[in-house]
Amino acid sequence: MENIFQYDFIIKGIIGAVFASITAGLAGTYVVSKRLVFLSGGITHASFGGIGLGYFLGINPVIGAAVFGIMSALGVEYLSVKQKIREDSAIGILWAFGMAIGIIFIYLTPGYTPNLMSYLFGSILTVSNADLIALGIMSVILILYFSIFYRTILYISFDEVFARTYSSYVDVFKYVTTSLIALTIVLNIRMAGVILVISLLTIPPNIAMLFTKVYFKIVIWSVIAGFVGTSTGYVISYFAGIPVGATIIFTLVIIWVIAKVLSQLILKLKISKN
Amino acid sequence: MAYLFEMKLLSASYGTTVVLKDIDLKVVENDFIGVIGPNGGGKTTLLKVILGLLKPVQGEIVFNKDLLNANRIGYLPQISTGDINYPVTVSDIVLSGLMIGKGIISRMTASDRKKAAGVIYELGLSEMAGVTINELSGGQMQRVFLGRAIIGDPKLLLLDEPGNFVDTTFENDFYEKLRELNKRMAILMVSHDVGTISAHIKSFACVNRRLHYHASPEITNEDLLSYGCPVQVISHGDIPHTVLKKHN
Repeated sequence: MENIFQYDFIIKGIIGAVFASITAGLAGTYVVSKRLVFLSGGITHASFGGIGLGYFLGINPVIGAAVFGIMSALGVEYLSVKQKIREDSAIGILWAFGMAIGIIFIYLTPGYTPNLMSYLFGSILTVSNADLIALGIMSVILILYFSIFYRTILYISFDEVFARTYSSYVDVFKYVTTSLIALTIVLNIRMAGVILVISLLTIPPNIAMLFTKVYFKIVIWSVIAGFVGTSTGYVISYFAGIPVGATIIFTLVIIWVIAKVLSQLILKLKISKN
Repeated sequence: MAYLFEMKLLSASYGTTVVLKDIDLKVVENDFIGVIGPNGGGKTTLLKVILGLLKPVQGEIVFNKDLLNANRIGYLPQISTGDINYPVTVSDIVLSGLMIGKGIISRMTASDRKKAAGVIYELGLSEMAGVTINELSGGQMQRVFLGRAIIGDPKLLLLDEPGNFVDTTFENDFYEKLRELNKRMAILMVSHDVGTISAHIKSFACVNRRLHYHASPEITNEDLLSYGCPVQVISHGDIPHTVLKKHN
């Protein structure tokens, strides 16, 4: 009986790792290349407000988080462009405001909120089949979106001013892409938690960028590095009985360190050959 | 000679600040116009209006539809518009000049790639085609962005302060290249560097809120004085140029 349970658990973890690394690799490469890490951190924490509201209203907290995530992404744009508030300040405000809303609603929710910690730090135990299906659908959407519009997205991120000289869709693409990033973050909160999810997006592309500087190659290597880190971290967390989010991030950082040393060795080898 | 576009009593502003006032300008095929004027005088704004990035508040800009519309203009911006640390290769950047006229679902065809390789070769960057932009020198970057501007064979090429990239070893080659390109396209070059400009242009325009067009390359002290067009002069040695006094 225990073996069957264990088998199920591993399968679930591996499927989660595949989808998490695909979504985080695609979204993360965009975020890292365009230097949106701070914005992504803001979106993540602001979405905690939706988790709290979800508990309070008795609806699925992930839905609440998705709404808050997208609203905060667009809110930062609104505050910085229309209200002329510095963008990093706008992020800082929404970051804390979302957390505050979350805490207030969780406090107001009658009774015990059992899964709260899983949202903060991530837990595979609470990842439902519905969560995995949602991540799977998100993977398909992101793969289609980034491969169909690859050049359009690449060129808008690289040089927005030039893109505006030939395209009137620049703003549409910026909003759609940012919203997809927000959704990706929210769906991965179940795996890594609000506090740690940002590194799921940032570490794999940084590992990839040690070896390649071409956008689509960064995506591919990010997904691979992400999968190795997530699945290894997951297995370690399972057998050592420590929180999965923290273990995954710890594993990814170790991989980054190893990759960094490796890239230095490759560089030295190249120099000595010449 | 056929005209490419014409501005009629055009005014443009940022918020309530009027940057360009009552501009009349007609640009014909194969002209090479040097646009000079003080910083903040509206030179870059003029380019933005031509590119359709800024709508005029008054007057209009009319394109000769047979030759040109706002989407078929080659544009070499000041280097700061792109993120030079972005993971994008030289050939990707040159290819982006072909996005003009493609839809949002844009695939690059084999003939597009061949064309890009040709432009990259022409600009002496073949060895760099697969390299990312941050590994290039300033002069090489300038050539990459020039490649992006000309790959679509535009009838009009806009250059915004190309002297900012200055890479003295390449500078003469660069202006030689422009002279060659001028045989197939009109060029409108913005610069605060009168010295470099005067050696290459066919005509010039002074922009300082208002615009004065001169259909001759001789920029004289008197012109600048009467137009209220003080300019900053940078001396570059070997290139023939006239050094003018600064006016206030």
